[in-house]
Amino acid sequence: MPALNMVQAINLALREEMRRDRSVVVLGEDVGKDGGVFRITDGLLPEFGEERVIDTPLSESGIVGAAIGMAVNGMRPVAEIQFMGFIYPAIDQIFSHAARIRSRSRGRFSCPLVVRTPYGIGIRSPELHSESSEALFCHMPGIKVVVPSTPYNAKGLLAAAVRDPDPVIFLESTRLYRLIREEVPEGAYTLPLGKARIVREGKEVTVISWGSMLHKTLQAVDGLDAEVIDLMTLNPFDEETITGSVKKTGRVVIVHEAPKTGGFGAELSATIAEDAMLFLKGPVLRVTGPDAVIPLPKLEERYAPSPERIRKALEEIMRY
Amino acid sequence: MPEKTIESINIKRIEILDQAGETDEALMPSLAEADIRCLYELLVLSRAFDQRALSLQREGRLGTYASILGQEASQVGSAYALEQQDWVFPSFRETGVHIARGYPAELLFAYWAGDERGMQAPEGLNIFPISIAVGTHIPHAVGAAMAIKYRGEKTAVAAYFGDGATSKGDFHEGFNMAGVYRLPVVFICQNNQWAISIPRERQSAARTLAQKAFAYGFEGIQVDGNDIFAVYKVTRDALRKARDGGGPTFIECHTYRMAHHTTADDSTRYRHDREVELWKPRDPLARLQSFMEKKGLWTEQYRAEAEARARTIIDDAVKKAEAMPRPDPGDMFTYTYAAPSSRQRRQQGAL
Ligand SMILES: Cc1ncc(C[n+]2csc(CCOP(=O)(O)OP(=O)(O)O)c2C)c(N)n1
Repeated sequence: MPALNMVQAINLALREEMRRDRSVVVLGEDVGKDGGVFRITDGLLPEFGEERVIDTPLSESGIVGAAIGMAVNGMRPVAEIQFMGFIYPAIDQIFSHAARIRSRSRGRFSCPLVVRTPYGIGIRSPELHSESSEALFCHMPGIKVVVPSTPYNAKGLLAAAVRDPDPVIFLESTRLYRLIREEVPEGAYTLPLGKARIVREGKEVTVISWGSMLHKTLQAVDGLDAEVIDLMTLNPFDEETITGSVKKTGRVVIVHEAPKTGGFGAELSATIAEDAMLFLKGPVLRVTGPDAVIPLPKLEERYAPSPERIRKALEEIMRY
Repeated sequence: MPEKTIESINIKRIEILDQAGETDEALMPSLAEADIRCLYELLVLSRAFDQRALSLQREGRLGTYASILGQEASQVGSAYALEQQDWVFPSFRETGVHIARGYPAELLFAYWAGDERGMQAPEGLNIFPISIAVGTHIPHAVGAAMAIKYRGEKTAVAAYFGDGATSKGDFHEGFNMAGVYRLPVVFICQNNQWAISIPRERQSAARTLAQKAFAYGFEGIQVDGNDIFAVYKVTRDALRKARDGGGPTFIECHTYRMAHHTTADDSTRYRHDREVELWKPRDPLARLQSFMEKKGLWTEQYRAEAEARARTIIDDAVKKAEAMPRPDPGDMFTYTYAAPSSRQRRQQGAL
């Protein structure tokens, strides 16, 4: 089995899905000839041609809107938005249309669309290249939000997202793109959307995170009897795995890079309070980015939760 | 009933200075010798900044940087036509505009090195922060022009963007409002032929970008963007028209991006060297130099002096930028709101 990084794993998932199903197409800025600014779509144009690997004008609302039109008319578009900060012009299409087509048409039409976009701090780039606005998308019923954390699960989750009958926002951490390699089988496999993964079992504390923060979390739990959950799908999220773990450990730390206020950690925390309150030994703690605009590179590492900050929260919760 | 033509459009292209340094006297704007020297020196300074930025990036002293090589005349020529109180809404590739307006070079270096403080324009300089999100600042320029019109000021607004931006919804929404309200705004597109890997023909099926203004009820005009006199004249006329209540103008500067899209890009993946070679003889700086030589305004010694002056300014700016104390993490909170919330103050303490 080849050891692939995240870029190669996602590329392989796209390639295999496009081979499997002729209705799968890829579109976005620079995805064709250039192979995408992160090379995710590299090599797809020569294999599948201009009709299935579509270099678009600079037009986020147009890209997602057209993808919606394709999806409602029998295609399986995978749209790439170059950076999460540039998805905002397309939010109108995602929220006002993609999310509601099934509901509005009472099931007559559906929108099997994937919007892939890199997210998060990690490559020391200009403004709007480091966003992690996943909570916005989680708030909108009708769309699914997926955040892989390793090459293996990126491939399986993307294949599942492409085959899913509903719109999926697929977030890829720029920090992780080339950071880790792992064995990724060739040949299609899918991982179910909506299922979390227990990365490490433990009895004293549950730590929940996703995407690149999972790896910082793993650095922070060293030497503790911590159970680490990689959420993988944020909406719909895996309540059973979370409550099962919390009932076992009684302590929870949630780690995400996005700002604290209104972040997805708040939803998890509230759900734990509703479903497992009586098992808790202390408060649910969150380690997050602060309520500030994500700074330019000189300060970005101070923004993101560090293993030290996560460790501090773990030590704090262990006092209960 | 016979078919009638009820509208037809004409798109002008303005060229004044040719590659040999000859000018079209009928179109040549009146510029004193001092102005011409100033234009030349601003081109030299812009290029010196660009070259230093590229080498600092390679040394890891700057983050991702977008080169302006080849586009200096579009930038300096248009900016030179602005009045002090005019407003500029730049995109991310207008270093020549910043420099021509007197934006401190050390702040530009600081910005590209990833330091937010580099975007704080000095008082008295109406230049908005760089817009990284393509085209999204176009409606802001329109709104600023609405404010000017409302207050009855004799000021104009210049909005800068690339050919890629003309595909964005915000471009069309902004243009539409500018036309409807006849606003004092000049839209300056640096059509450098590429939006990362997408060539101009794949950005729009229209023959010119200038013609897009037509649909919104105002004039669009194409100008040779490597001809500093033409860019200056067309922008100056458009700004005058704007200040006199004549409404908006769209200027398409036909130019070329000689470098990669940014330092994070590899343009050899999508474009031929042949094309780049074709544009080399159209270099805006060389063209102005030939003109000045003919007029007796340029000598090797003058060039050496101008380049030495530019080098001193740039050396000094790099020194100043690198001597700035590291930004304090507290800075993240200082400007989120006029006053930080108690929650933010707690977060600041915990960072
Ligand atoms: C809304 C938005 N989408 C995508 C990007 C990523 N991106 C940065 S520059 C660029 C191409 C811009 O081309 P153009 O407008 O022609 O300007 P140029 O870079 O050529 O000066 C793209 C796609 C962005 N910055 N903003």
